[in-house]
Amino acid sequence: MTQIHVTAKINGDPVEFLCDPRETLLDVLRDRLGLTGTKEGCGTGDCGACSVTVDGRVVCSCLMLGAEAAGAEIGTVEGIADSENLHPLQRKFIEHAALQCGICTPGILVAAKNLLERSPDPTETEVRYWLAGNLCRCTGYDKIIHAVMDAAAEMREAS
Amino acid sequence: MRYHTPTSFNDASAIAARATGTTRFLAGGTDVLVQLRSDLVRPDDLIDIKQVEGAKSITRLDDGGWRVGAAVCGAGMSEHPELPHEWPGVVESMDLIGSTQIQGRATLVGNLCNASPAADSVPAMIAARAKVEVIGPNGSREIPVENVPTGPGRTSLQRGELISAVILPPRPKGGGDSYLRFIPRTEMDIAVVGCGVSLVREGDGIASARVSLGAVAPTALLVNEAGEALEGSSLDEPALDALAKACEAACKPIDDKRGTIRFRTHVAGVLAKRAAMIAYNRAGDSE
Repeated sequence: MTQIHVTAKINGDPVEFLCDPRETLLDVLRDRLGLTGTKEGCGTGDCGACSVTVDGRVVCSCLMLGAEAAGAEIGTVEGIADSENLHPLQRKFIEHAALQCGICTPGILVAAKNLLERSPDPTETEVRYWLAGNLCRCTGYDKIIHAVMDAAAEMREAS
Repeated sequence: MRYHTPTSFNDASAIAARATGTTRFLAGGTDVLVQLRSDLVRPDDLIDIKQVEGAKSITRLDDGGWRVGAAVCGAGMSEHPELPHEWPGVVESMDLIGSTQIQGRATLVGNLCNASPAADSVPAMIAARAKVEVIGPNGSREIPVENVPTGPGRTSLQRGELISAVILPPRPKGGGDSYLRFIPRTEMDIAVVGCGVSLVREGDGIASARVSLGAVAPTALLVNEAGEALEGSSLDEPALDALAKACEAACKPIDDKRGTIRFRTHVAGVLAKRAAMIAYNRAGDSE
């Protein structure tokens, strides 16, 4: 099958890859580019584990073809920390023990970071609705919500 | 599978018209990618329309109405500075679909062409008197939204035809619209019943009304008797009861795990009353 040549930007860096027309962006990230921080959960857009940003919007990378990424700016969990320094969201997730098995965590971090860029002072209800597409079977969500609210407060103080 | 990225709707139509195998159009992909992955469909040609100029734009028309391009995502509609104020019911119906992630991709036209009987945006568009622009091998035409779905997963579009945009009419003076659905939880579910209402007020009276129901028949229904029940009234108790009766009478639902026939029929009447009250109050605010 003919492979498609795609150029895009991932976490600010230019990338090029070849992909099969049926290959999802999720498979491209994990299997072709070695960016395994993005996880596959359901593969049908229900669980949010594979969340990435595409041109500033949070999307499920399992519901998008690699070929559709041509010319796009992609953001993954690998781009959240500033080299050795964890992002406030990442620190707060550890502090609040907002993860257990960790499969949902990269997607939640990507989605939460995007929310705080749009809305630095969200209500708890806004956070819960924004993250409604990120399923977590371990934590019961409360710790995740507290971690996001706490990170938002810290980021507001720092800015 | 061949992946195409035409830069005009005419080119997209031409690719589909000359294709001999299975064809799918791709906009947000939230239904198509799931079908691909689960092997429900194996397209020979996948035609991505997102490179078409204007496909991702919401534009004001000369008559005051709106053109919502086929690749405009739900979040793009909700974030628009004017559209949610003029057609709040249509925008809310789209906004109810799926998660943040889905809202970043899913489109109004995709929701219509996927032709699920439970598609949330379809009753709202029908109530709003929305049309779609169909591009095909023989040129373009406009048809009412209610003429697109013909059954679960089926549309009236012919080979080579695709929808380029939804056309919303100008918001009438004294007009208001709304959409409500019933689901057993607060988010992330498929409508058990959906109801869109769009009406025009003159003072306290209702000059005209359109009511559409979703998930209670193989396609979304335009219930003319329900609209007529409201016309000439000031949304008093008897008018609301007549509205509910007309909606119940129009229901031809299935019995499934989401709701029984009796339950869906009852809820259709209840939702219609509530949606009518919201539309009526909005119409009052806009006068």
